[in-house]
Amino acid sequence: MIPAAFDYHQPGTLAEALKLLKEHGNEAKVLSGGMSLLPMLKLRLASFEHLVDINRVPGLDYIKEKGGNLCIGAMTRQATLERSDVIKSKFPILADAVPLIADPLVRNRGTIGGNVANGDPGNDQPAIMIALGATYVAQGSKERTVAANQFYKGLYDTALARNEILTEIRIPMPPARSGGAYTKLKRKTGDFAVAAAAVQVTLGKNGAIESARIALTNAGLTPVEAVDAGKYLSGKMPDDKTLMEAAKMAAAKSSPSADVRGSVEYKKEMARVLTARALKSAVQRAGAN
Amino acid sequence: MAKHKISVTINGAVREAEVESRLLLVHLIRENFAMTGTHVGCDTSHCGACTVHLDGQPVKSCTVLAVQADGCKITTVEGLEQGGKLHAVQEGFTEKHGLQCGFCTPGMLMTTSALLERNKNPSELEIRQAISGNLCRCTGYVNIVNAVQYAAEKMR
Repeated sequence: MIPAAFDYHQPGTLAEALKLLKEHGNEAKVLSGGMSLLPMLKLRLASFEHLVDINRVPGLDYIKEKGGNLCIGAMTRQATLERSDVIKSKFPILADAVPLIADPLVRNRGTIGGNVANGDPGNDQPAIMIALGATYVAQGSKERTVAANQFYKGLYDTALARNEILTEIRIPMPPARSGGAYTKLKRKTGDFAVAAAAVQVTLGKNGAIESARIALTNAGLTPVEAVDAGKYLSGKMPDDKTLMEAAKMAAAKSSPSADVRGSVEYKKEMARVLTARALKSAVQRAGAN
Repeated sequence: MAKHKISVTINGAVREAEVESRLLLVHLIRENFAMTGTHVGCDTSHCGACTVHLDGQPVKSCTVLAVQADGCKITTVEGLEQGGKLHAVQEGFTEKHGLQCGFCTPGMLMTTSALLERNKNPSELEIRQAISGNLCRCTGYVNIVNAVQYAAEKMR
């Protein structure tokens, strides 16, 4: 399969990339890892007059701690995240998720920026970023930040303007007694999730849950944040009954559609089961007894 | 739509081509350079038959544009053999019967040769994870794992 013809641009700087986007408006699309965009172009599910390839824009591939945040450059490959010590030690939610994204060859190309900016509800990292309370840095005529939970507007529709490039993901460093987990059910390697749950919790000194954030992948047109379930958990001891109740509340927020991966009922039930498992694992990792 | 002049180093030789933006890397290799060892299987970045090394990393060449490889170093299955001597993974697949129809084999060889560069002594699980993006419909993978273990030992 061959994509429809397009003009290809390979800017050497971010300023040059932004200029190209401004010049070509709606006809232009940013190409990062290309692991979603190129298949879509080949299947002719999408076409653009201009592709602006940011693979050679320097300074967008990094993982560093700065000002209380873990800052990840948008062009950081999934394979780099998979081998990162800070992610293994401090962000188990990402360490769970990255090996479950597509397959190792795709992870050699695919980027975190592409994963979160694409606006596909089947992508794993949007829900994770919502659970982590992350913000995205968008570069356009000026720099601005958008909270991950304000970013997703609809199917492939995000807060990112046509003339903007998502350049960095900022994740607050979790306080002590925090833990996270990502649980995903997929039929086979390379498939998108039947259902998946992202959970990040922080426990108080008395062992009760201080804060909890839950978000679901492939549970609607955008990632679904289960705000009520998170609030319900706040102040409660993380016993099984409480976690099960929160999982039920989270699943009730999901609105998946029926497809080859299963019926609506099945997917909602899987969202409940996976949320319960993620909650259990997250509170354990946070140091609960 | 403008064409692009590109230059790549493929299996150690510098090759030039004038390509359309939409030409895929796998077609550059197979059609422009007439190296047909790299296969097109699913053509949707699932099966891994088209795996090549792009600057040392195994990638699916059906999901990279040829123009993106400009200035890069590419290794295909034709580049594994050195001076008439098979690469250890090629020898392993031969000795341990790691193939039947052979269609997935070029991709398997590229993925597993990259694995052994990074990990001299992979466990069975690590081998299976490494090849999880390469589909084989014949072997059931058992002999492929054996072949990689054979190669690992050979390379140590």
